Amino acid sequence: MPSSAPSPIFEIRGLSKTYQMGEVLVEALRGVDLDLWEGELVVLLGPSGSGKSTLLNILGGLDCPTSGQVHYRDHDLALFDDTAMTRYRREHVGFVFQFYNLIPSLTARENVALVTEIASDPMTPEASLAMVGLSARLDHFPTQLSGGEQQRVAIARAVSKRPQVLLCDEPTGALDASTGVLVLDVIARVNRELGTTTIVITHNAAIAAMADRVVHFGDGRVVSVDTNAVKKTAAELSW
Amino acid sequence: MKAIDHKLWRDLWRMKGQALAIALVVMCGIGNYIMFLSTLESLSSTQAAYYRDYRFAEVFASLKRAPESLRRRIADIPGVDRVQTRVAVQVRVDMPDFPEPVSAAVVSLPERGVPVLNGLHLRAGRLPAAGRADEVVASHSFATAHRLRPGSRFDVILNGRRQTLTLVGTALSPEFIQQMRPGSVFPDSKRYGILWMGRRSLGQAYNLHDAFNDLALSLDRGASVDDVIARVDALIRPYGGLGAYGREHQISHRFLSQELAQLATLGRLFPAMFMAVAAFLLNVVIGRQVAMQREQIATLKAFGYGNLQVLVHYLKSVAVINGIGIVGGIVLGNWLGRELAAIFTEFYHFPYLSFGVSPGVALEAILASLLAAGLGTFFAVWRAANLRPAVAMRPETPPAYRETWIERIGTKRWLSQPARMILRHIQRRALKSVLTVLGIALACGLILTGLFQRDTVGYMVYVQFGLMQREDLSVTFTDPTAYRARFDLVGLPGVRHVEPYRAVPVRFRHGHLEYRGGIRGFEPGGDIQRLLDADLRPVALPGDGILLTDFLGGMLDVRVGERIVVEVLEGNRPTREVVVAGLVNEFVGVSGYMELAALNRFLREGPTISGAYLGIADGSLPELLSRLRETPRVAGVAERRQEIRNFNRTMDESMLFFTYVATVFSVVIAFGVIYNNAQISLAESGRELASLRVLGFTRGEIAYILLGELGLLTLLAIPLGLGLGEWMCYDIARTMQSDLYRVPVVLEPQTYAFAAAVVLVSAVLSGLAVRRRLDRLDLVAVLKAAE
Ligand SMILES: Nc1ncnc2c1ncn2[C@@H]1O[C@H](COP(=O)(O)OP(=O)(O)O)[C@@H](O)[C@H]1O
Ligand SMILES: [Mg+2]
Repeated sequence: MPSSAPSPIFEIRGLSKTYQMGEVLVEALRGVDLDLWEGELVVLLGPSGSGKSTLLNILGGLDCPTSGQVHYRDHDLALFDDTAMTRYRREHVGFVFQFYNLIPSLTARENVALVTEIASDPMTPEASLAMVGLSARLDHFPTQLSGGEQQRVAIARAVSKRPQVLLCDEPTGALDASTGVLVLDVIARVNRELGTTTIVITHNAAIAAMADRVVHFGDGRVVSVDTNAVKKTAAELSW
Repeated sequence: MKAIDHKLWRDLWRMKGQALAIALVVMCGIGNYIMFLSTLESLSSTQAAYYRDYRFAEVFASLKRAPESLRRRIADIPGVDRVQTRVAVQVRVDMPDFPEPVSAAVVSLPERGVPVLNGLHLRAGRLPAAGRADEVVASHSFATAHRLRPGSRFDVILNGRRQTLTLVGTALSPEFIQQMRPGSVFPDSKRYGILWMGRRSLGQAYNLHDAFNDLALSLDRGASVDDVIARVDALIRPYGGLGAYGREHQISHRFLSQELAQLATLGRLFPAMFMAVAAFLLNVVIGRQVAMQREQIATLKAFGYGNLQVLVHYLKSVAVINGIGIVGGIVLGNWLGRELAAIFTEFYHFPYLSFGVSPGVALEAILASLLAAGLGTFFAVWRAANLRPAVAMRPETPPAYRETWIERIGTKRWLSQPARMILRHIQRRALKSVLTVLGIALACGLILTGLFQRDTVGYMVYVQFGLMQREDLSVTFTDPTAYRARFDLVGLPGVRHVEPYRAVPVRFRHGHLEYRGGIRGFEPGGDIQRLLDADLRPVALPGDGILLTDFLGGMLDVRVGERIVVEVLEGNRPTREVVVAGLVNEFVGVSGYMELAALNRFLREGPTISGAYLGIADGSLPELLSRLRETPRVAGVAERRQEIRNFNRTMDESMLFFTYVATVFSVVIAFGVIYNNAQISLAESGRELASLRVLGFTRGEIAYILLGELGLLTLLAIPLGLGLGEWMCYDIARTMQSDLYRVPVVLEPQTYAFAAAVVLVSAVLSGLAVRRRLDRLDLVAVLKAAE
């Protein structure tokens, strides 16, 4: 796949975000400028507390910026009201979280169905679970699955609606190395086969090798951006 | 089914115990509401239909004797629709095989056709045939009590002459839904009944041929009752009129209305308490669920579920819990309502009573419960649904614990660490703690309201019949009689003591307030009839002036030392002022009391008595009764023991039902509140407790922390609940008080103990249920789960 795409899917300019924590102001983002391109796999790398999740949450419409602009295609996310945000998340974004965030009272199939039922052009839950290699675990509840399996259900759930962007916040953070590889492999495959723009947060530098581009984050700012001439597969990563 | 609905059902299933407890509370609330209000509605509509179908009159009057020609002039009064003139008398009845004194009101029927007003609903047989002086119809309850059938015969003393009558039918009448002997407030269908006879024969027996002594009117729409009464009074005054009165003073109607008013009060009080408790429980349980599912809510929202969908999702589980309660409540209300209506049908002898749960009442109940549930949960869910997902995804800010004021005032060094934890938990969820205490207190109080009537009735009987009306028999003469009749009574076998009395119907007036009642005169220093003050100390009769029942004093807004106007409704009907010399305390009826001689003077008559109270020797009753039967002047004889039984039965029938219902329901509340509270505490501090177990605390020690909180709240709630219950008892007693009777609030120590015990047992059972789960606490899982 080419590492550059014709137009930016996200255009981020002067983005900052401050949180009020009691009496102190926490500046999570302090002026981020970044373009993300259609179809690319980007890894966000940086120390804990540097603002990666905050950026991802804003891109995914889970939070809104304090100042600056975030354009998704032609839309300014900062101008979205609650309904528009909900519709945006429903139709365009897939999330994968560090702790999977599966609904414990629903089976793997039902967790995916939860999303396909409200999406406009979804895959079947069975198809998306097959894609992550969990066809044999359809009717298991989250507690009956291992961490890696749970995370793959979460990925199946995120991609089942065929989103334009897949946002993964430390998807391997709670997993051991070999399981992590399996999960990253699935993410890379989704990016490759469905052409979904994919952003993966990690503080594990080794993972950066599988990305088209690596964005280094520090203290609420983009420190540098590297482009990988050659992408490694998940299996080739040295953990 | 949608995936999110799977989640709904599975979540509900996981909290089924709590959901069921809440559903039970809702069920009791709805059941209560439907029971009371459907019964009320059924009774009200039956009453209205009965009154209409049987032409129940609107104005009533008795008089000495008026020529039938007066009827025209009464009919000409503007506003009067129909006029019914009758002969109505009180008689003694001699029932074969029933030696005790029986009396009856005999009311005339037109020789032909049906009465224009106050129609009869024949239950069996027929009306007396024209011109048959020996045929009689009896009230159904009287006939049933004596197993009379058409063809049965018995004797009555008509104007001093014994006459044998044949029963030809039994009937019900809207005029005598409750049949009370004059002066008595409780029905006793074995000893008092209504008889209907042809007008001509009854009139002849009482020298009322072509004359009448009883009057009933119906009015034109919109006519003024007061105007008509004033004009009727003016017309009947020369004929010994006793003062006309409207329906609201008609005794049978009053009893029924009073009962309906009580139903309406209880019908709003009890369900409101249940709804409040249900709302609170839902608030805690759903609020807790929402808090625990913060991340799930955030996830749902991250994938594009809108606020509304999330809100609806949680409100659905509220709706399911409520729905179970509603369905159960409708079934329960229907069942209890039928029971209650059956009690009333039996009690009031309606010709028909179709009990039904009207859609309106059911809908009201459902809406009230949904409203309560909505109020209890909406805000908690709304707040959670509105959280920005990025915020909701992060763990909730840890609760801010502080030292409690109990610790700060210096008791800290005596408190163990677990005791401090208990206090800080309670303080941190202060509102929840307060509401829990209130909920348990409410349950505790509810038990008192269910039981106090039993204690009270015992006390009323003791005071009314043990301290005040201490006669064995009371004898009423047919007419006011010369004082020397007393000596005839003294001479009867077995009579040890005679206290004569004079009773006269009057209208009391003070300012614009007035009350139709009676004055009784006794001889001073009597031992059988005593008047008591509020502290149950005997009150001496004043040589001058009048004593009033304190409730009557209140109705007339008169204080001791003030003057009231007394308008005598008998004889030459003097109207005079008299000083209120004091107030006396009485539970049954209201009256004025004067010294016998003073009352005779007031009436401008010689020494005259209306009857006497007798104290008799043991074992002399049968002999004495048969001698009294042969005394023509005696219109009626009442036995004190019988009055007590009537009293108890009346109270039992209308109140005992509520006692059981209230007790069962309060157990439901107590259990619902305590059990849910225990579950929530476990869910909230499960993690903390598991950590303590890991640190080496025993099961007993962590149970102490969890259940100690519950125990402390329960112990706080019990005294509060007993106080609250007492207050509710006073409130109920206040709404029930009327000139018919006042219910004092008396609560025996064992009643308090029982209420406290029920709450404690509920607490212990809830504690045990949670303790079982506490013992199975999975230490590893709790510690391992993601923060
Ligand atoms: N909802 C929030 N409220 C308060 N502070 C927040 C919130 N989210 C993030 N922060 C703070 O913003 C900073 C950046 O956080 P985050 O974006 O989560 O960092 P990262 O994902 O790079 O570890 C941190 O200091 C964090 O504590
Ligand atoms: Mg992060």
